[in-house]
Amino acid sequence: MNILNTVCMLIGSLFILIAAIGVLRMPDLLMRMHAATKAGTLGTGLILIGVIFHFQKWNVTIEAFLTILFIFITAPIASHLLARAAYFRGVKLAKITITDELKGYYDRKIP
Amino acid sequence: MNIQHIAWYLSLSLVMLSVVFCFIRIIIGPILPDRVVALDLTANLLISFIAIYSVITNQPVYIDVVIALALIVFLTTVAFANLIVWQSYSEKKKINKEIL
Repeated sequence: MNILNTVCMLIGSLFILIAAIGVLRMPDLLMRMHAATKAGTLGTGLILIGVIFHFQKWNVTIEAFLTILFIFITAPIASHLLARAAYFRGVKLAKITITDELKGYYDRKIP
Repeated sequence: MNIQHIAWYLSLSLVMLSVVFCFIRIIIGPILPDRVVALDLTANLLISFIAIYSVITNQPVYIDVVIALALIVFLTTVAFANLIVWQSYSEKKKINKEIL
């Protein structure tokens, strides 16, 4: 169980570091959101699973599982709301974007 | 100070390095949604930081803090999204009044 705790925490923190590097290095808002939401959520969930393996009590297990469930429910909702608002506001897409399927349906202005 | 403590402190330092990267993005972010994305990731990093800290100090009380933080962060992101939508609507109204 100690080995499981250590491995979960190290892998989770590595995923979190990858998410932060993606937020720093990606060229576009939507790509940054893609990096931050997926990798950040996975890293936080892995670290909370490591907490469960360390304590091995019922109350800690239930609270950590509630936190993981809540993060997995609310992170896509928040990310989708933010991406929708930013698209309506008009973000500048990167030059390597291949398709923009919403183009022409909304009048968006480039800042 | 065995191997497990070294691994815990290593993961703690990796999380704090990620916080530094997110703060750089908050400073140089061109528009408001970039900063909101970086703040959202920073809140996730704080959640994992408190979880690792509760393992290091061996006190399971800090998990309650994690639940409260995870509940509040969602509300802040939704509020910022609504703020961005309202700002774009008010700017469009201003442009229409100038045209009329």
